[in-house]
Amino acid sequence: MWAHYLPRLVLYVAIGSVLVGLDVGLPRLLNAYLVQILVFVACNIVLATSLNLINGIAGQFSIGHAGFMAIGAYATAWLSTTHGQRLLAPYEGQRLEPLLIVAYLVVLMFLGGLAAALGGLLIGLPSLRLRGDYLAIATLGFGEIIRVLLLNLEPVGGATGLRGIPQYSSLFLVLVAAVVTVAALHNLGNSVHGRSLLAIREDETAAEALGIDCAHYKTSAFVIGAFFAGVAGCLYAHYTQFIHPRSFDFMKSIELVLIVVLGGGNLRSVILAAVAITLLPEGLRLVKGALHLPFDPRMAIYSALLIAAMLVRRERVLQAVLPGRKGGGLRE
Amino acid sequence: MCRSGVLTALCGVGVGALLLAGCPGPQPDTESPSAGAGAKGEPAPAAGGKIVLGSYMCNTGPFATFGQSSTKAMEMAVEELNAKGGVLGKPIELIVEDDQCKPEEAANAAQKLIQQDNVLCVLGEVASSNSLAAAPICQDAQTPMVTPSSTNPAVTQTGDYIFRICFTDDFQGVVMSKYAVEELKAKTAVVFSDVASDYSKGLSKVFRETFTAAGGEILGEESYNQSDRDFRAQLTKFKGLSPDVVYVPGYYGEVALILSQARQLGLKAVFLGGDGFDSPKLVEIAGKAAEGALFSNHYSKDDPNPVVQQFVASFQAKYNEAPDALAACAYDAVRIVAQAIETAGVEDRTALRDALAGITDFDGVTGKITIDENRNARKSATILTIKGGKQTFVKTMAPE
Repeated sequence: MWAHYLPRLVLYVAIGSVLVGLDVGLPRLLNAYLVQILVFVACNIVLATSLNLINGIAGQFSIGHAGFMAIGAYATAWLSTTHGQRLLAPYEGQRLEPLLIVAYLVVLMFLGGLAAALGGLLIGLPSLRLRGDYLAIATLGFGEIIRVLLLNLEPVGGATGLRGIPQYSSLFLVLVAAVVTVAALHNLGNSVHGRSLLAIREDETAAEALGIDCAHYKTSAFVIGAFFAGVAGCLYAHYTQFIHPRSFDFMKSIELVLIVVLGGGNLRSVILAAVAITLLPEGLRLVKGALHLPFDPRMAIYSALLIAAMLVRRERVLQAVLPGRKGGGLRE
Repeated sequence: MCRSGVLTALCGVGVGALLLAGCPGPQPDTESPSAGAGAKGEPAPAAGGKIVLGSYMCNTGPFATFGQSSTKAMEMAVEELNAKGGVLGKPIELIVEDDQCKPEEAANAAQKLIQQDNVLCVLGEVASSNSLAAAPICQDAQTPMVTPSSTNPAVTQTGDYIFRICFTDDFQGVVMSKYAVEELKAKTAVVFSDVASDYSKGLSKVFRETFTAAGGEILGEESYNQSDRDFRAQLTKFKGLSPDVVYVPGYYGEVALILSQARQLGLKAVFLGGDGFDSPKLVEIAGKAAEGALFSNHYSKDDPNPVVQQFVASFQAKYNEAPDALAACAYDAVRIVAQAIETAGVEDRTALRDALAGITDFDGVTGKITIDENRNARKSATILTIKGGKQTFVKTMAPE
């Protein structure tokens, strides 16, 4: 019995000690700029892997993921600026404070996740009737509705954005969240639940015939995916200290779809793609600095690299986008 | 294994570039390595006999024309200062980072400038939302940040290291309502604002308050959304109210269409606006309909002041285009920072902060600038009108 769990226990302990090591070591090795980039990388890993559950595994093409992130970010940031800071104020400077902040943030992550999951439920329901392009447009509309609502919602800053959010999240917490998310989604993908989603992606009618409750599973994919996006939003807001609806626009959703497509629906590749897509624009700042060009070639190089990557990975990409197309042959 | 190969390579490019970026910057003779240099209050080390300033601007993205003209003006200011021997006897180097007009990119760019390039001072942005994203980072790193043209009052409220050298939204609203009441003898007004823009909403709010306080009456209010193309419904309603003036604090794209459609409908009121009107595109799109529209701005290129005329001539000669107001603000920002560094006498971020706070009556292109106790600029605004298809200088309105 114990022997069965031992390797897994060792793995958990190893991951835990690596994270603690990173927590102690990283701030000494890296400056605030590199730490911030790593935070964004981890946030994008959470976002991309959760979108992968909806797009890659369940095959429900969603291009409104930034909307879920926005719900999580705004809900928790509003809670922190109105109540959270006051709640934690008496403990300021005390030895308990760091622990309390972590506990508070964990609670907040759940709340942000739940708020976003509610949004996922809202968009999951129409997805029962829509497929493919139609569903994509519905999710796009949902993402835009969220953005426009936030733009006009004065209590959360409206078009000015919400500022003065306390910086409760840290690289360590974001990395832990990323590891937990990836572990959860990995296990989910290998469970009965995940297999059912895969079956739905491959052929909904056949899945239904096998006794899979398609409506239930499709909605659950949206709810779970949205939950993690909300968690990422919470961590993002509590790191940057300022959020604006423009950060959660259509282009953010597209960036996440891009990561999933580039990753070809495979969890490990999606993580790699998230790392690459987040690091590239920052890394390319250096190219600009070294070349001394009269214009900024950053976005041109970025786009060219994306096109090249898509060309090389076309097979995988097609598999992710067109369910059922495996091994290159067109399904008749 | 080929399938992960490409991604790994892509990651490799990113990581490699970042690691290189983690090295102490492009100057060969930079001293201490930048890693770990983010400690609070640490003075910027002398970067090899150069004074390094950083700017983050939306050189791409929705406000790219604003960002690019600001960047051009800043580069011109640096060149001129260097031709005169730089500051503290050292040449100035300006590192320009693009933020694609995204708040998170602005945050990254500011971090990079402070941590990697060890800049003495950060300059940026045009859009207030991007300035607000970078401000807490500059404040935490105790690096002065000077925004040339973010008008939202919240920007400088972030902390004591954040400065602004343009006037705030509030002031533009005050100036325009004052002008409407005192010069145009307007008694009634309607307000037409862009709901998607904090700038537009801010100006509308202040105009409404000051116009009412001065005895005027607001007959009605309508709103539109950025990228709307048809405004006839709202304008027809305004026509029924027949106000003396219509206040439209929007950006030139929508405003041009509003002006043309208002004239088609036969709306006779005088149209008033803010610095969002300042683009040659306004007249290009609206044509004759733009005639007589009045707006508040940071400066006028027709201002006879020699400082203005010299700036306009140099900019025109260098870039073969007329500088807009944002260029003028950016130009002033660099020169104010240079003067503050001279006053401080040392390359130290905290000393520079104190010197910036003490700027008084700086003779800038955009008027005499004094930094007040809230780190905002107290300066005059210019009223312009469109006459014969050209922006024409009307009046300078002093603060208070």
